[in-house]
Amino acid sequence: MKPSPLARLPRALRPGRGWVIAVPLLWLTLFFLLPFGIVLKISLSEAAISVPPYGAILDYSAETLNIALSFGNYLFLTTDTLYIAAYWGSVKIAFLSTVLCLLIGYPMAYAMARAPARWQLVLLLLVMLPSWTSFLIRVYAWMGILSNNGLINNGLLWLGLIDSPIRMMNTNFAVILGIVYAYLPFMILPLYANLARLDGSLLEAASDLGSRKINTFFKVTLPLSKGGIIAGSMLVFIPAVGEYVIPELLGGPNTVMIGKVLWEEFFHNRDWPVASALAMVMLAILIIPIALFHRYQSRELKE
Amino acid sequence: MKKPSFTTLMLIAGLLFLYLPMAILMFYSFNSSRLVTVWAGFSGRWYIELFRDRQILGAVWTSLRIAFFSATMAVCLGTMAAFVMTRFTRFRGKTALSSMVTAPLVMPEVITGLSLLLLFVHMAQMIGWPTDRGMVTIWIAHTTFCSAYVAVVVASRLREVDLSIEEAALDLGSPPLKTFFQITLPMIAPALAAGWLLAFTLSLDDLVIASFVSGPGASTLPMVVFSSVRMGVSPKINALATLIILTVSLATFLAWYFMRRSENKRRMAMAQQDAH
Repeated sequence: MKPSPLARLPRALRPGRGWVIAVPLLWLTLFFLLPFGIVLKISLSEAAISVPPYGAILDYSAETLNIALSFGNYLFLTTDTLYIAAYWGSVKIAFLSTVLCLLIGYPMAYAMARAPARWQLVLLLLVMLPSWTSFLIRVYAWMGILSNNGLINNGLLWLGLIDSPIRMMNTNFAVILGIVYAYLPFMILPLYANLARLDGSLLEAASDLGSRKINTFFKVTLPLSKGGIIAGSMLVFIPAVGEYVIPELLGGPNTVMIGKVLWEEFFHNRDWPVASALAMVMLAILIIPIALFHRYQSRELKE
Repeated sequence: MKKPSFTTLMLIAGLLFLYLPMAILMFYSFNSSRLVTVWAGFSGRWYIELFRDRQILGAVWTSLRIAFFSATMAVCLGTMAAFVMTRFTRFRGKTALSSMVTAPLVMPEVITGLSLLLLFVHMAQMIGWPTDRGMVTIWIAHTTFCSAYVAVVVASRLREVDLSIEEAALDLGSPPLKTFFQITLPMIAPALAAGWLLAFTLSLDDLVIASFVSGPGASTLPMVVFSSVRMGVSPKINALATLIILTVSLATFLAWYFMRRSENKRRMAMAQQDAH
């Protein structure tokens, strides 16, 4: 990389430099990094009936400093099968949704990248527009379509294809459908960005050398779009694991997802230490996907 | 006519999948029946009821104010962060800053919301602020995650713009700050506008983080909508959804129209230059 012209100036001439670094660094340290430390701290304290509802870790009395770290919250998570089921359920549903998003989104992104240049911006705006409206309302839209007296069931009943409504609302199917619907634009965007940059001459070379179209796709296009696939998949998978709104609105009693469990521990049971421990374990599960995304993102930023 | 390819068909099917549920929602907002799924004739009564609902109107106003201030602050912070990531040479903490800037992009909302709320509770205990949570705490939370999106948008633009103009200005003795405001800023202005709009819509849309960090005083629009749709489908929400979708569509269309016009102008100017 070329050295920035700012760097060539003598230090005295750039008094603003420190500030430009300090302001975002301070803001993010205070409002992003520090809160994680606090979550970790509270996950190691005991629940108490007080305001706020957790006990102190550090206690100074009789000239001794007592540090009480309690791993009870973490142990508690392993004893109750609800939590393990919730983690497993979240990962499973998020994984299935991500695969479906990829299967639907890849051909769409491919068609967009191959479309005539004057169409590409319009198509990109069309794909992204739903994500700018309202997440909540787009999930809500499915409630009227999937419910027992909803559009699909009414239609099928009217056609005489079924005698009694099929239960679609409050099932895992509805949750996966909701996640795919809500997150599809975020899968398509990085895939499109990647495929649009793909060097057309490579594909021509492959076809000149007699490679069949399908063969070229698996040997050339797919490996070259790996970065886009990873970015898109992580943009769907990571938030889907912690999803709260979709299982709450479309899911049923059988849908146990960790975002919903955390929400209920926090707001209904007011057990802040257990909610914090749940968040820390979720973060531990997601650390590899997050690291993958960051590696891709920083490579993307360097180009 | 050429047979459309598999991917083209998938694109059309995918777009239908994205738009049909929203179209159905809009269609049923004009239904006179309270039962959302049974058509009983055309009516605009839900729009009238929507505009009589003081709770929703109040929430709209709260959300708009929070979104405006969050987006504005996020553009300032995000642009600074983007500038540091793209224009500054290595310094200690640069990697830390870059990864902190992009981390909120993929953080599950429940984690961000919980951690910020615990921070505010701690701050209240230690320094006595914030005494009660509401618009200010939501503003801080929204600014934090929105600046990540702004930083990514602005950084990608900063990488595209021609460095040599900035360098020339600096070489001719223009102070860095002046160079930024007179040279860099006009060149990245479209990205700033795009980042601001993105941050604005993200802030308007957020339910989970706002629910964690808000207090009894402030209810944003998503919070009011959520508590209503939890009870089931409501035609008033359909009317609200229609207005939101129409507003966003109109704004997107205008943005597209002006982008195309400036692109055409540039192309014409270039063609004229070639002709000379």
